[in-house]
Amino acid sequence: MMMAATLLSFLLPLAGAIVLGFSGGRLGPRASAAIGVGSVGLAALATAWALLTFSGDSQGFTLWTWVSVGEFQPTMGVVVDRLSLVMMSIITGVGFLIHLFAVWYMVGEAGITRFYAWMNLFVFSMLVLVLADNLLLLFLGWEGVGLCSYGLIGYYYQNEANGRAAFKAFIVTRTGDVFLALGLFLIFVELGTLDIGLVLEQAPRVWAEGSVTANLAALLVLGGALGKSAQVPLHTWLPDAMAGPTPVSALIHAATMVTAGVYLIARLNGLFLLAPDVMWLVGIIGALSLLLAAFAALAQTDIKRVLAYSTMSQIGYMFLALGVGAFDAAIFHLMTHAFFKALLFLSAGAVIISCHHEQDLSRLGGLWRKLPVAYAGFLAGGASLVALPLVTAGFFSKDEILWQAMASGHYGLFAAGLTGAVLTGLYTVRLILGIFHGQPRSDHARHPRPGTSPLRHHLPLAILAVLSTFVGAWLYPGLEVVFPPPPDDATNAGHTLFQFLATGAVLAGLALAGWLFLARRRWLDAKVGRGLGARLWILFNRAWGFDALFDRTLVRPWQALVRVLRFDFINLGMNLPAVIARLCNAGLVRSQDGQLRTYAKVMVFGATVILVGLVMTQGGGA
Amino acid sequence: MILFWLILIPFLGGMLCWHSERWGEQAPRWIALATMLFVLAVSVVLWAGGDFSAYGTGERPWLLEWRVPWIPRFGIEIHLALDGLSLILIALTGFLGALAVLCSWKEIVERVGFFHLNLLFVLGGVVGVFLALDLLLFFLFWEVMLVPMYFLIALWGHSGSPGQTRIRAATRFFIYTQASGLLMLVAILALVFVHYTNSGEITFSYDALLNADVPDNLSFWIMLGFFIAFAVKLPAVPFHGWLPDAHAQAPTAGSVDLAGILLKTAAYGMLRFAIPLFPEQSQAFAPVAMALGVVGIIYGAVLACGQQDIKRLIAYASISHMGFVLIAVYSGSELAIQGAIVLMVAHAFSSAALFILSGQLFERIHTRDMRRMGGLWGRIPVLPGVTLFFLAASLGMPATANFLGEFMVLFGTFRSAPVVVVIASAGLVLGAIYSLLMMQRVHFGREQQPGLLAGPDVREYGMMLALIGLTLAVGLNPQPLLDTTASMVRPVADLFMAGPVRAGGMN
Amino acid sequence: MTGIPMEHGLILAVILFSLGLAGLMLRRSMLFVLMSLEVMLNAAALAFVVGSTAWNQPEGQAMFLLVITLAAAEASVGLALMIQLYQRFRSLELHEVSRMRG
Repeated sequence: MMMAATLLSFLLPLAGAIVLGFSGGRLGPRASAAIGVGSVGLAALATAWALLTFSGDSQGFTLWTWVSVGEFQPTMGVVVDRLSLVMMSIITGVGFLIHLFAVWYMVGEAGITRFYAWMNLFVFSMLVLVLADNLLLLFLGWEGVGLCSYGLIGYYYQNEANGRAAFKAFIVTRTGDVFLALGLFLIFVELGTLDIGLVLEQAPRVWAEGSVTANLAALLVLGGALGKSAQVPLHTWLPDAMAGPTPVSALIHAATMVTAGVYLIARLNGLFLLAPDVMWLVGIIGALSLLLAAFAALAQTDIKRVLAYSTMSQIGYMFLALGVGAFDAAIFHLMTHAFFKALLFLSAGAVIISCHHEQDLSRLGGLWRKLPVAYAGFLAGGASLVALPLVTAGFFSKDEILWQAMASGHYGLFAAGLTGAVLTGLYTVRLILGIFHGQPRSDHARHPRPGTSPLRHHLPLAILAVLSTFVGAWLYPGLEVVFPPPPDDATNAGHTLFQFLATGAVLAGLALAGWLFLARRRWLDAKVGRGLGARLWILFNRAWGFDALFDRTLVRPWQALVRVLRFDFINLGMNLPAVIARLCNAGLVRSQDGQLRTYAKVMVFGATVILVGLVMTQGGGA
Repeated sequence: MILFWLILIPFLGGMLCWHSERWGEQAPRWIALATMLFVLAVSVVLWAGGDFSAYGTGERPWLLEWRVPWIPRFGIEIHLALDGLSLILIALTGFLGALAVLCSWKEIVERVGFFHLNLLFVLGGVVGVFLALDLLLFFLFWEVMLVPMYFLIALWGHSGSPGQTRIRAATRFFIYTQASGLLMLVAILALVFVHYTNSGEITFSYDALLNADVPDNLSFWIMLGFFIAFAVKLPAVPFHGWLPDAHAQAPTAGSVDLAGILLKTAAYGMLRFAIPLFPEQSQAFAPVAMALGVVGIIYGAVLACGQQDIKRLIAYASISHMGFVLIAVYSGSELAIQGAIVLMVAHAFSSAALFILSGQLFERIHTRDMRRMGGLWGRIPVLPGVTLFFLAASLGMPATANFLGEFMVLFGTFRSAPVVVVIASAGLVLGAIYSLLMMQRVHFGREQQPGLLAGPDVREYGMMLALIGLTLAVGLNPQPLLDTTASMVRPVADLFMAGPVRAGGMN
Repeated sequence: MTGIPMEHGLILAVILFSLGLAGLMLRRSMLFVLMSLEVMLNAAALAFVVGSTAWNQPEGQAMFLLVITLAAAEASVGLALMIQLYQRFRSLELHEVSRMRG
């Protein structure tokens, strides 16, 4: 029963994608939306069914053997356990709400069939990613979501910049994927299997803890995770990816795809536990990403870019959790983040559409009375994002992460997490104040058209808002059975003290933000306008200059190389025989003047020389 | 006997096409199509009825065999034999031949009969190459497929930029392949004479020469002769100069055949002749061959990024993909060689599709220069999506056959030469770069001219659907294909393993 | 067979051959070039005859027959070509008819 439900959950979106993709533009916008949303809705129902019938043990199911050559026997097989069920619920549940909202958001856009086809294909690929029982099939989903992300970022294809953003996103993540692929090669050669269960079983037998090969394998897998999850240094694609429609940002670049790296590391936990050095690196990268992104989020003027950096920062928290071995906490935060970040993005989408595609903070403002639903969404999502104590889902998951970091003795990471919490408060308050309070700063903001549809506009926002509160945290089943125990397992001492500390950090951040943005607004603007403040602003606005760095060190040398090689100089070398032949031709052609008498003379001369030569040699011999 | 007919039918069909011109313009097209479908049907029937698990060893080395003496004085015979690999490649030839006929349905309007004569002669020659076991017969077919190809490029080609005329491209193609063919002939004759001095028997027979005892210093040079002949055809850097020109100037059908089938004869030749005849020398040579493969992957990809002409871009991409095949063939791993076969089939589908697509684009906007394209996604129905599919295939998107081929190659090679695999993997990123650059320049961006263009008609739609279906089918369930070729691949891989252990190799 | 020693015959053949060769190289008119060729052929034929008489071998005579047949054939083809050329170019000067330019 459960397997049938699981199969349905990912085959339905695939069927939707196929129908939409091959319709060739014959479907109207209504039919497309019905198929696109319907298939994901049914998939969500199927997932619910699977949840209800889930027995508690992981269950596998092989459709067919993909390839079978010697040891190399990856299958088309799925395995369902608690972890994949949590992921499935997020993907289909949040995915369905976002699809529903997209009907309102995308109304009147050209090429709507293409949009739903990509979205459905994305849901399918993402489900394959989390359900795959072997790493090659996981890689199929992994690349599939990348392709869908490419297609959706470049959805408004007529703008060159969007195409470039899509291109960049694909290439940067692909770079990470190559590392993952190398990791798969290494794992297969060393362990002789790609089946995830067997890999986790074999790895401790073949590799000693901390051995070079284990570290290398974990490092390569981590490379793939960094690219997909937009962590330093492969993060530069995420802010640009906001060129896609906002529901896409909500689904792919906030709730699901970018967290695939977290899922991957959590899934391969046994492998990473064998590589403590890499685990340490995971934590460091998480802390680094969360701080860098939080600072960058402070200095963005585009709503969606603020949210993008915020996403990167929150995934940094998840990596931090993974790094300290708290896999459970990472997935917990993954889930709550999916709720509140999807809510924030959808609310941002509601603002953007209502304000006639205006998404610049400096041109919005004063909207709270005119767009109450979006405002409520932002408040609920923002509260959860800053982890407002006790009432929000984000509080429980972030609290868990920071507590595990502290309990395991990673005080540096813990400090980074606390700093991040303060910064989160700052940028969230700045964002909400900038959009909804103060005076409207453009005509678009003065005359918004609020969304009115209760089903397509209000309902998704409302459900996500409820999930962003403590209700969302209650839903988390806990994955202690799937993961190795977290570091604090034994002791709970000091947890209360710690919670006061964390709460203090959050409140301090909010208070600081209120003071800065409400009381000292003029002072702040003056500071940011010139001198050190202006320079810091530029630094944060450009997100620490990673783009410029990569542009100088990678993109331009590459372009120069392409320009130089365009003439194919190796091939020019192969033309050498032709050049020699032509030179000989030019020399010998002079002897051919077309006069018969000349030829006769040359012939006689030649004959004489040969004869004389013969006579001489013969004479010499005789 | 059926093997003989497999070769003869395309030639007869070609003659018939030429004559049928007087019956109307459509007659040669239908005849050519029927001929290729017949070849396809025969191979499919053979495949369906064949049992591929048993042969390959012992007394039944071939699925089908046919031999009659031809020039007994020199030990030359007409010796044809079929195993899984040749069967797959012949089926591919039939399929792509039919596609080539279909895609030139509207493109070719002059000398239709003679065009199809040449097309079918090329394909007949290719079928001969895949079947011939006698070395002289193999050489004969190897040459037979070149001449009609020359005419295809020279007579029906496009003249691109100044200095890049179709005649020039055709001549260059001819000289490269002819010179390499000559090398092969010399190598064959040297092998035969060595065998003659050893045993006193002149023979060109494959079985006899397999066991020829060649002195070490000479055998390396003979092996090199075979290798260079095949490397030119593959093509491996630095012998690739003919390919971009030939592709850019050839008519669509010519490009389809060239990329889809003719390049595959090289890999086939390596698997059938170069390695089994000289296992130890090949093994010693493997590091060099793999290095050439890696250079080809990277170099082809970098050059593909710099092209303005769509067909040149696809041509350089082919060089990049064939680098994977070269690595796999010399890796000596069963998995990698199987992967190379999957990749060959996959590349045949995807590059044929991309060439057909660029031909269809040319019919609509009359240019192949990407600087004059852009924003076509909104102007042409269906085709841009199909293009994206095949570009995704070409960059190795999972679920397509290309992904499986490349990854099997890399998985298989990693054990013996990890460094090669690491460098070759960079080709995966570069592949994404040139594929998406093409998408970007052709279909995304602002429209350069307003107005809708015609969508695909039934013929174009059908071709694309068939190719998409096959690419996905092989990508998702390649096992039937792998089972067919397994018993051919395993002995080749064993040859590598049986020789002296490679000292260090590339790693 | 006495009287004329072989050397004399050969010397005559050499003189004839040289004359023909000189004519071939120096004359501009096609007619004379053809005639020079004939003279050279005949010189060679003479040498054959002289040789065969000196050694009493019949092959020389046979070669002579072959040579004159050849000469006749060559003359007829050459003259026919020459007439054609003359009709086209209204000249028998070789350098005027030449179309070969390396």
